[in-house]
Amino acid sequence: MDLNFTPEEEAFRAEVRAFLKENLSEELATKVRNGRDLNKADLEGWHATLNSRGWLAPGWPVEHGGTTWDSVHMHIFEEECARANAPRTVPFGLSMLGPVLIKFGTEAQKATILPRILSGEDWWCQGYSEPGAGSDLASLKTRAIRDGDDYIINGQKTWTTLGQFANKIFCLVRTSTEGKRQEGISFILVDLDTPGIEMRPIKLIEGGYEVNEVFFTDVRVPAANMVGEENMGWTIAKYLLGHERTNIAGVGASSEALSQLKALARKVKRRGKPLAQDPIFAAKIAEVEIDLEAMRMTNLRMLSGVADAQGSVSSMLKIKGTVIRQAINDLARRALGATAAPFPSEDVIGNYAIAPSEAASNAANYFNNRKLSIFGGSNEIQRNIIAKETFGA
Amino acid sequence: MDFTPTEDRRMIGDSLRRYLAEQYPIEHRNKIAYEGDFHDPAKWAELAELGILGALVSEDDGGFGGAGFDITTVFEEMGRAICAEPMLGNLMALRLYAAHGEAERVEAIIAGAEKAAFGFDESDAYGDLDSITTSADGDTLTGRKTVVYGGNSADYLLIAAKSAKGALGLYEVAANDAEVLPYAMIDGAGAAEIILDKSKARCLAEDARAAIELALDAGRVALCAEAVGAMDVLKVMTKDYLMQRQQFGRPIALFQALQHRLVDFSIEIEQARSITIHAAAKLDSNDAKARALAVAQAKNLIGRAGKLVAEEAVQMHGGIGMTWEYSGSHYAKRLIMIDHQLGDTEDQLRTAMALSDLAGTA
Repeated sequence: MDLNFTPEEEAFRAEVRAFLKENLSEELATKVRNGRDLNKADLEGWHATLNSRGWLAPGWPVEHGGTTWDSVHMHIFEEECARANAPRTVPFGLSMLGPVLIKFGTEAQKATILPRILSGEDWWCQGYSEPGAGSDLASLKTRAIRDGDDYIINGQKTWTTLGQFANKIFCLVRTSTEGKRQEGISFILVDLDTPGIEMRPIKLIEGGYEVNEVFFTDVRVPAANMVGEENMGWTIAKYLLGHERTNIAGVGASSEALSQLKALARKVKRRGKPLAQDPIFAAKIAEVEIDLEAMRMTNLRMLSGVADAQGSVSSMLKIKGTVIRQAINDLARRALGATAAPFPSEDVIGNYAIAPSEAASNAANYFNNRKLSIFGGSNEIQRNIIAKETFGA
Repeated sequence: MDFTPTEDRRMIGDSLRRYLAEQYPIEHRNKIAYEGDFHDPAKWAELAELGILGALVSEDDGGFGGAGFDITTVFEEMGRAICAEPMLGNLMALRLYAAHGEAERVEAIIAGAEKAAFGFDESDAYGDLDSITTSADGDTLTGRKTVVYGGNSADYLLIAAKSAKGALGLYEVAANDAEVLPYAMIDGAGAAEIILDKSKARCLAEDARAAIELALDAGRVALCAEAVGAMDVLKVMTKDYLMQRQQFGRPIALFQALQHRLVDFSIEIEQARSITIHAAAKLDSNDAKARALAVAQAKNLIGRAGKLVAEEAVQMHGGIGMTWEYSGSHYAKRLIMIDHQLGDTEDQLRTAMALSDLAGTA
């Protein structure tokens, strides 16, 4: 057993760090560090920066514009990006649709769509969940009926993240009502400009907008937009969800959140002393740090053993990773005491900051990150996956 | 022993519940709590007419209640409706005015003619009266009070500040004589930053420490009761959702894993209700130490139970629980943010540890 990174891996880390130092603006990093909402230009700009270095889609094969990195390199890259407070890349094109097309797409689909994901010409969003199909995704009802060279789509998708920035959506649709529910689902690509599509924003608990409902009324989509064969969508969906979970532990992001929490605890006062010196609060920080340290090692163990974490391994990483992140967010909110209270848009009133500006969104981020244990397959569904594998039923 | 409320309190509770259900539905609450005045001045006047403010003050001081159980009766209903009116700030102000023989002010607040708030926290003095730096100089005050509940709508601000003697004094500043910066809180309702720069102030007492601690404890008991009311509602919402939401061809309430979680948090709600009753009884005790210990214990347990109920309710609702449109999310926010008010779970634990007989010698 050797728990050290190789000299080559350390050199790679230095290279990533130098790149970030050179190319990540202080303004953008501060926005990320302070937990502020990123706008479309922020995200597109960061994608372009990574793309110019060839690091936007590191998981893709080289011939499509990816890299040869193994999972340890991926981990180092993620860790360094989080440490530098780089924005997380938007996963829908890069980590979801891209790998799906590479595995299941036609040559024409790969040739036209993949370059436009990298260039930023297309912003993809996801049409999976429906009001009645969340954890039980296979019960989805949005219907696509073949009509000549087209499909006509009717139905509703929901929880479409950053759909307000997107021009394209990939959807799971029902193409058959015969047989098993999973066997009547197809995966189809839709241009959001098509007549009959309406997107409505959903306001979230803390007051922000990042998810949407998408309504389809007689939306005509060319049959050539289907990925894979008709009715093989479930296979694709399962493959995609496996990819969605590879970075789900979020160790890098949690580490950065923990160091910010420590800095805040050193800064704010409780009963005349820095909060960091209060044994009750310090004990809570130490506990979550212990859990995170173990998670870091668990993540590396899983990464080095499994090239493409799937099934119960990724479920375990998802559960534990999100619980740790939420615990850090919880402490970051508590560290503020009364000053956590202002509505997020109100952290500076007149010329007076109420909480330290880097922490002013802590309560909002705590509320927003309650989503982590719900989306991408809720933690309850992840437990079902592990239980099924454990008990074989 | 008898846990049934007196007839008077039952009537106040019932009429307040009816009034809030009819006049303060969640849609209205969410419309007014986050913008404009951050509360509804017309509804505040009606609450005063109903006698709700009078219920918070003893007969001797011009009201018709004022006991711990009167406070919990009112605030449990406030919590059921997550009412955004500035009841907490006015409760503490009423107690402080009454303790200092300010009958005129008490009468005006009870009648709804004036509103007041109490400024105690500072950015480096959270739940910590010893670290307050705002200080008096002659008949002026200088300093800054942070997150003053109801400070956005108050006509008068009561301010805890160091007096010339070095003791913790109590001062009244007219809102017009201070810089008042109002804002909404993340869970709705208003607060304000109060900037005092040689602001004209009237001294109520140069040493008001005991009265201030009692007023804060009254506020803490109020928050505990508010949390119990909010938890009761959120529990019913969660139960109803689990029974109505269908996944995998059945209501998700049929999954035992979810049933047990709802049961676990229901047990915590009963514990929360019990310790709130305990603290409310002790609030009227002459033994200040016993009172402070019971209140700290109650607010610590409320903090833990509130977090469990809020987080589990959101989780079991799934995505719906994350939305602004669903009223449960506002109850969850309120429960989490109650913990930040007047000293959080850890802060109450520090107090409980200091006052516990554990600290004695062997």
